[in-house]
Amino acid sequence: MGRYRNVSILAAAIFLQVLGLAIQVKRSAENKSDRLIRIWAVSAVTPFEKAIVSVQSGVSGIWHNYFYLRGVRQENRQLREQIEQLQLEQVRLQQDANQAHRLQALLGFKEQFIAKTLAAQVIGSSGSEQSRTVYIDKGSRDGVQQDMAVISAAGVVGKVIAVYKSASQVMLINDHDSGVGAIFQESRLQGTLKGNVSGELVIDKIMSDEDVKMGDKVLTSGGDLIFPKGLMIGTVAKIKKGPEFFEVTVKPATALNRLEEVLVITKKEEREPVAPGTSMRAADILAQRLPSVPDKPANPPGTSATGTTVHSATANGVNPRLASQNGSPQNAEAPQVRTSAPGSSNPSRTTTGAETSAGDVSNSTTSHIVKPATNANPAPANAKLPAPETTAKPVANTSPSQPDTAGDSPQ
Amino acid sequence: MALTYTSREQIEVYRFSLPIAIMVPLLAVFFQVFLPLRFPFVSIFDLPLLVVIFFAMARRNPVAGLLTGAAIGLLQDSLTRQPIGLYGIAKTLVGYGASSLGVKLDVESIGTRLIVTTAFYVIHEIVYFSVARGMVRLDLHWSWPHELESAIANAVLGVLLFALMDRLKQRA
Repeated sequence: MGRYRNVSILAAAIFLQVLGLAIQVKRSAENKSDRLIRIWAVSAVTPFEKAIVSVQSGVSGIWHNYFYLRGVRQENRQLREQIEQLQLEQVRLQQDANQAHRLQALLGFKEQFIAKTLAAQVIGSSGSEQSRTVYIDKGSRDGVQQDMAVISAAGVVGKVIAVYKSASQVMLINDHDSGVGAIFQESRLQGTLKGNVSGELVIDKIMSDEDVKMGDKVLTSGGDLIFPKGLMIGTVAKIKKGPEFFEVTVKPATALNRLEEVLVITKKEEREPVAPGTSMRAADILAQRLPSVPDKPANPPGTSATGTTVHSATANGVNPRLASQNGSPQNAEAPQVRTSAPGSSNPSRTTTGAETSAGDVSNSTTSHIVKPATNANPAPANAKLPAPETTAKPVANTSPSQPDTAGDSPQ
Repeated sequence: MALTYTSREQIEVYRFSLPIAIMVPLLAVFFQVFLPLRFPFVSIFDLPLLVVIFFAMARRNPVAGLLTGAAIGLLQDSLTRQPIGLYGIAKTLVGYGASSLGVKLDVESIGTRLIVTTAFYVIHEIVYFSVARGMVRLDLHWSWPHELESAIANAVLGVLLFALMDRLKQRA
């Protein structure tokens, strides 16, 4: 037996590890984790990493802030000029942004905004080419939680996959198990961005007849519910054309192999975008921007020559829901809303915007089809009047939170 | 306190003090996870593997070699996001093999160290990939040119590191 002692011990050691692996593979399917040994390892290694990074930052800071100041004066002058140029550009962009926000508000789009971030320093990596993860120096006691998005000034970095007391593990977006909802800025094509085994970022399953160009910017689409929409991911670096699909390789905006400081998004807010500095009500904007809605119909609302009524919430270009969006419903101006849909038990029910419930709002925004009642093809009395069978411009909220009660809609 | 190891009488057996036996593997793992952030090309090296080979060949005891390999491998595993045991199994086998070879060969010369390290690197990668693909179903890409390149780079670094670490050895 002594002859086979070494081999027996080897077999036992291998067997135990294989058994451990099998258990982990089974448990990972059940969403359990093997935390204890990892906690020990992270606790053993991260203090050294933190200490070195801290010393390195300190020395680097002293050197760059107090000694190595060559060219700072000239750089300062250049930066001032750049600021002036950017200020001019900002004014123009601000106008565009405000307009975009107003339009988004009209459509009722809800977006996720970054409400709070936490700066963290990258202190280590996994040390393996097969596992593209990094460690940051912030953990559960700093408020970091699993699945939080991690970004840098340049763009998306990854997401938190494991949280320890004073450190966290972040899976980079180029890991082959990673997946990020992505959208091409120009063509608005959407796809899923994944890492491949070589650590490249790839979007596949893009139909080969789509328009994808080299250098196109790729942003987060927000579809993964981890990263807020609109964050920079990178640019298209390579397009490989297959028989049916493109395989697009994206060059990351962030240098994922040279990370130093990152931001953890600790709080996201979902809200409708509001144009800053604008006091104009959305309802007023709506009234301006819907040319097909007549200013003054030839016939009084509710007794139109075209027959049945469009819901009259938009009769004066006022949508009670949108009106109440600009402020609290109690403070919102209360427009008179008359609904007289056919089949309704109360054809002339009158309510106010302030009193309008969600169901009423939905009712008032779901009927867009105008049907003739008495005259199949009446000549429009007024050129501005919508023709029969016209689909009015939708002003409905696209938010899924609004119940869609189309019971009162004209059939 | 020192860890002692026995072997055949005609071959010199070395031991390492406890602080060295603990700190050197820890430092190897530490540099393995820390340096690639500053110098990405360093990720081609497997410093913990070099330490396993060195300790195993110096001690010339298969049991000590496999246990050293298992401990360092498991520590390395626990810092990745993959299941624990992939590096553990690979380094256990390498530790056993290197110490068994150390009993039979003169592993002090540069040429032998170069060849042995190259060979063990390739064996380590084959075992790692086999287990990762076969058991854990990881999607890994095997490339012979990349593996051979890495093996040679690791062997060259290994020869330099072994020369440095020779100073830590104590005769048993």
